[in-house]
Amino acid sequence: MEFFKKTTHIDFLSKRKYAFVFSAALILISLVSLVTRGLNLGIDFTGGTLVEVGFKQTVELANVRSALEQAGFKDATAQHFGTSKDVLVRLAPIADMKSAAISDQAFKAMQQVDTSAELRRVEFVGPQVGDELTEDGGLAILYSMIGILIYVSLRFEYRLSLGSVIALIHDVTVTIGCFSLFQIPFDLPVLAAVLAVIGYSLNDTIVVYDRIRENFRRMRKGTPIEITNVSLNQMLSRTLFTSLTTLMVLIALFVFGGEIIHGFATALIIGIVIGTYSSIYVASTAALMLGLSKADLMPVEKEGEGGEVVDDQP
Amino acid sequence: MNQYPLWKNILVLLVVLVGSLYALPNLYDQDPSMEISGTRRADVSEDTVKRVTEALQQAGIEAKGVTLRDAKILIRFKSSEDQLKAQDVIEKALGYDYNQALTLAPDLPDWLRSLGAEPMYLGLDLRGGIYVLIDVDMDAAVAQAIERYTDDIRTLLRNEKVRYLQVSNEGNAVLVKFKDQAKRDRAEQLIYKEFRNLKIEPVDEANAYYVKAILSPNEIREVKKFALNQNITTLRNRVNALGVAEPSIQQQGDRRIVVQLPGAQDPAKLKEMLGATATLEYRLVDTEHSVEDAVNGRVPPGSKLYRERDGQPVLLKKRVIVTGNQITDASSGLDQRTGQPAVFVSLDGVGAKRMRRMTNENVGKPMAVVYIENRTTSTTVNGKEVKRKEKVEEVISVANILEPFGRRFQTTGLDSTNEAHDLALLLRAGALAAPIEIVEERTIGPSLGKDNIAQGVESVWIGMALVMLFMGVYYRLFGMVANLAVAVNLVMIVALLSMLQATLTLPGIAGIVLTVGMAVDANVLIFERIREELRNGSSPQASIHAGYEKAFSTIMDANITTLIVAIVLFSFGTGPIKGFAVTLALGIASSMFTAITGTRAVINLYYGHRRVKALSI
Repeated sequence: MEFFKKTTHIDFLSKRKYAFVFSAALILISLVSLVTRGLNLGIDFTGGTLVEVGFKQTVELANVRSALEQAGFKDATAQHFGTSKDVLVRLAPIADMKSAAISDQAFKAMQQVDTSAELRRVEFVGPQVGDELTEDGGLAILYSMIGILIYVSLRFEYRLSLGSVIALIHDVTVTIGCFSLFQIPFDLPVLAAVLAVIGYSLNDTIVVYDRIRENFRRMRKGTPIEITNVSLNQMLSRTLFTSLTTLMVLIALFVFGGEIIHGFATALIIGIVIGTYSSIYVASTAALMLGLSKADLMPVEKEGEGGEVVDDQP
Repeated sequence: MNQYPLWKNILVLLVVLVGSLYALPNLYDQDPSMEISGTRRADVSEDTVKRVTEALQQAGIEAKGVTLRDAKILIRFKSSEDQLKAQDVIEKALGYDYNQALTLAPDLPDWLRSLGAEPMYLGLDLRGGIYVLIDVDMDAAVAQAIERYTDDIRTLLRNEKVRYLQVSNEGNAVLVKFKDQAKRDRAEQLIYKEFRNLKIEPVDEANAYYVKAILSPNEIREVKKFALNQNITTLRNRVNALGVAEPSIQQQGDRRIVVQLPGAQDPAKLKEMLGATATLEYRLVDTEHSVEDAVNGRVPPGSKLYRERDGQPVLLKKRVIVTGNQITDASSGLDQRTGQPAVFVSLDGVGAKRMRRMTNENVGKPMAVVYIENRTTSTTVNGKEVKRKEKVEEVISVANILEPFGRRFQTTGLDSTNEAHDLALLLRAGALAAPIEIVEERTIGPSLGKDNIAQGVESVWIGMALVMLFMGVYYRLFGMVANLAVAVNLVMIVALLSMLQATLTLPGIAGIVLTVGMAVDANVLIFERIREELRNGSSPQASIHAGYEKAFSTIMDANITTLIVAIVLFSFGTGPIKGFAVTLALGIASSMFTAITGTRAVINLYYGHRRVKALSI
């Protein structure tokens, strides 16, 4: 079976203006949402206590809320988690109460609602640790981008390197933007997923770049735009197919992996859809706009090592 | 064309075989078990095994197996109810002399165990357990140290009869005020001689002469390091008392401690244990009265009956010489004269004075160290919560006073360097060196852990099945070969995780799922390239060759960038996130092998060395 019996001849780059407008709109919406609505940050970053309790039978959230209120937790939020038998309670940090005591007392309050209550999970993060995790998260994103920038510069060329990083920033912004727009809880696993998106989206971009480089060296005729177009078409079936297989496993993870992994799977699904789009429309366009030309990718004496030798062999 | 040399085929086969072998332990069931180990004076032996077996038989608990290995007894049970029942039974049967810990043990055959094969190490989010991050109040530790120096200097000057006007502390320094310069100079010399680790400075002001003793940044660093180490030791001792298998207590950064207790299901109890206070006391041994009489209930007034850690009774004087608060440091080493293992103890000023007086009067007599811990345990009685204060007292060492001593002294007569080390730890660990606060806690209940595993495994299977279906339909024979590679890749990841005993977490499983999706990417790249070559009119054999060759650098580049992300994640992430980074990195590495070398080997075996008209791709 083949989706594309022949190499396609879609003129992707002629539509680059539309793509530019589309991407700009996505980023604008994301940024506006991030500024106005912000992220629905989990306790990993804000600090606080989270208690997950499992009951033998369905429980009314109203009962849980009133029990918590009686126990002195005024601004506790309770919601069902996965099923109506599971309840997830979030508590803001309480100044004059020992962290250890908060979760114990909240659980006891819920035991009064129904004695079948079973403690499934407690997460407590002190405000200070929350700040540190936020800082570490930001640094992690920054450092992985720098690492990638360096690697791509060494292996390819700085315009492509910048192009790939522009695509990455695009993907990360839009992914986080979606989390802000729909107010999906943003916790540590989601952050890990965002980093995985960086790796994945780059993977796609690199594969296309590899082909662009190869074609720049091989094809005598053609403008950079034409050659880039050919390269995108040659890699189209691979780009779509790999995204498809990865999306399939992620959807399996989303559906069967349990409530706890939902945010993680969601971030990756969004990221991979965006990443696939950006590897076609953003990364290459950006490199071309930065003035990528044939001469930039011609082999230099120094470059003839390692994997690149293989490239040029028939 | 398209043939691997024999060695390469053998290498592929060998890697797959070894991988399968080390992944194998994960297929065996994990039995709820109990591990019994000896203490200092009681080793486990065949005799202990007999006692344990008999006790279990009497209680009507059926054990799946009782084995003695590496001086530890491992008992397997059919269910965790049996395991919990047996805990009480065995504690009664063996008493104080043995440590027991509940654990899970895979039911491995001996030949597999002898290869060192073990199942994957599951993270707390999968097996259930408690993770606690503890912050040590370093400011308080430094403040305490300065307070102690202030006291010591005051005592020193008083003893040496140097009159001072005032001793106060100021920032990281102790400030002593004198009336005239002569007294100040004498004090300066004395303090300098006694406290070599302080920086001593004279300060002159109008009508006032000062000595300023400053804790250097180096000394402050030492104080902090000591406080952290001492707290870790204290916490380790307390956690060990909980009877949890594989507890982990680690330093994180320069003021944090991570405590991880797999399977521990009572966070409230753990937090009580961590918050317990403990202290040490030095007392003289009562040699005038008979221990046997005391054991039989005739304890002489002024004395009290104690037990050593191995249960031996000892009679001690009620009067306390020094307490643990007065110990400023304790370390183990070798006695310079005899070369025997020894523990070196330093006392503060007040403690030193009392110790000097008591030892002067009691040369040749034995002295004991008593460890006292105050615990609060809450139990539920008739539906009500009852808090109970518990005092645990035990004698950790008895030694003869050879000569009078004061501030610094050493304890010899220990059995081994190990014992010296333990005693030094205990002396230091008596009390927490600085207040602690729990700043992060994550508890996963056992049922959630089980659900997480079940759901994780299910999504791996379903994701894999979907990918394989597509690959098979889309690339036919080549797709099937790629599917084989995906399956082998999964086995390899499991084998690597088992060999490294890296922690598998729920995000780690997600990492495996993701790798399954990404592993076929290498094959997609190769196969698309082969199709392209075929379209360009190359022969099937040449297309296979060119497809693999040309796709290689692309695959390499794409994977290295993902690897960079995995490394960043590993260095910045904590716990579960680290698990994700590990499986992602391992998955990428092993997929390079299976997707490129592995599939090529199979393709070569099938198509190589013969005329091929068309490829099934």
